[in-house]
Amino acid sequence: MPKNSPKRTITVCLIIIAIIALASFAGPFLSPYQGSVMTETQFANPGTAHWFGTDINGFDVFTRTLEGARISILVGILGAGISLIIGTTYGMVSGLAGGKIDNIMMRFVDFMYSLPRIILVILLISVFDQKVKELFDEMSWQAIASYSRLFLLFVTLGLIEWLTLARIVRGQVLILKEQAYIMAARSQGAPFSRIIFRHLLPNLRGIIIVYATLAVPAVILEESFLSFLGLGVQAPNSSLGTLLSDGAKMINPVQIFWWLLLGPAVYLGTTLLALNFLGDALRDHFDPKSSR
Amino acid sequence: MMAYIFRRVFIGIPLVFLVVSLAFLLIRLAPGSPFGNERNLDPEMEQRLLEKYALDGSWGDQLLRYWQGLLSGDLGPSTQFRNRNVSEIISTTFPVSAALGFFSLLLALTLGSIAGTLSAFFHNQWQDRLTMAFVLSGICLPSFVLGPLLGLGFAIYWQWLPVAGWGHWEQAILPVLALGIPYGAYCSRLVRTSMIEALEHDFVRTARAKGNPEWIVVMRHAFKVGILPLVSYSGPLAAHILTGSIVIEEIFKIPGMGPFFVNSVFNRDAFMIAGCVAIYSSLLILFNLLVDVLFVYLDKRVRLS
Repeated sequence: MPKNSPKRTITVCLIIIAIIALASFAGPFLSPYQGSVMTETQFANPGTAHWFGTDINGFDVFTRTLEGARISILVGILGAGISLIIGTTYGMVSGLAGGKIDNIMMRFVDFMYSLPRIILVILLISVFDQKVKELFDEMSWQAIASYSRLFLLFVTLGLIEWLTLARIVRGQVLILKEQAYIMAARSQGAPFSRIIFRHLLPNLRGIIIVYATLAVPAVILEESFLSFLGLGVQAPNSSLGTLLSDGAKMINPVQIFWWLLLGPAVYLGTTLLALNFLGDALRDHFDPKSSR
Repeated sequence: MMAYIFRRVFIGIPLVFLVVSLAFLLIRLAPGSPFGNERNLDPEMEQRLLEKYALDGSWGDQLLRYWQGLLSGDLGPSTQFRNRNVSEIISTTFPVSAALGFFSLLLALTLGSIAGTLSAFFHNQWQDRLTMAFVLSGICLPSFVLGPLLGLGFAIYWQWLPVAGWGHWEQAILPVLALGIPYGAYCSRLVRTSMIEALEHDFVRTARAKGNPEWIVVMRHAFKVGILPLVSYSGPLAAHILTGSIVIEEIFKIPGMGPFFVNSVFNRDAFMIAGCVAIYSSLLILFNLLVDVLFVYLDKRVRLS
């Protein structure tokens, strides 16, 4: 493989992401500490016993980071997945319908862009928080009841993240539907579903994959921002965002617990960096124009 | 040109009106009372409070009354901060946010165009990798981490700059950095992609063939085309950054309007949130118009219609 080809970057990024995913999902079980059992050793410096030190409750920060990353990655993947489904469907319908319907649908996207998203997110979460909890109770899903906030989070983030993808997909569909092979399939009387699944979706695969890779870190970052506002994942669960915002609030001139911030920050940074690099490399890979 | 601008403003005003009304209604229709924070508020008392703030009756009535106020230039009272009205709050906090935002915007655009151009010029060489690694780490650190880290380093450890506060130029440095760097990182990624493409154009090859030095080729020829995506992004970015950031303003204790934007949703402060949205969406429409007009001068292929 040539030295700086996108393929090499993709391989390296995938390996890093695999390591991070494995560490986050298997790590907490291998760790000698439990993320939420209080111990006597408060604010221990990072060392051989506690790699990232301990926090105010004596929790091992490294174990908490791995557990937090697990939640963050989960929210990222599910949120990006939802936005992917909505965005692709919306963009495809808009592009295929064309004319007046297309115009109205795109104006709606413009309108959504012009509303400050943070207001929508806060409103959705604070309005539906109680309702989702009640729903979980009603369905007697006790086992996952503590995950109701998590559920609400990735649905909400998915619901506001799809706008960009819808625009991209629509643009592509407008180009694709004029292509000769689609015309040919149509004139042969191919059913609508066949045109979508056999002809359109395979051609959209590239941009959808690229977008999905870039949407995961975006959702993870937004979740951490919501955690800072106190709207993110709630106890007993924690995400990298809640860890970071707790760490950020502990900073004061008298005592500096820098390890509360540094460990989770580096872990989050590495995860997002790998995902972003992967997205960029995939774009180079799928876009023949820019892969030189 | 003037006709075009007038038409855009003419369409823009009802649009702002629409978005503001929607924000007002959303908050009013959401469950939870603007006076809900007071415990054991008896219904009669709450009714009287609602009447006092003209929030009683059907939502249609409330909206109509709000519109009447708007037309006479009154943005309404704040239900959270008693005895203060929205116009007064915004007129004291918005200039602070706008000043902070202006310098952050300047930083973001400068950083973005310089780093992006450098990166594109050294496409796929180590300089590109290094710049992009730096830039991406700027994107990957949430601002509520970057802010405290900057404070930890420059204010607490080295004690070069004040930790927080507002009023002296030294107090503005850290928040401007913390707010501007992540956006600058995003901008440079935008510029890099478009500059790589711009450097492949035929006219760039012609410019090289004429024997121009490389920096003139890049700066005078490719840059003019490569900067266009950044120009169109700067419109929404400006509207966003000038209306304040709750994270930066809370960390550095700056009396801006960012916290009002977020907290008034929590407090169901309908007038306040509608006022904030009014500022935001007017700025958004204004800057998008500015960008479109600017495009005519930057890109000779564009015609306004």
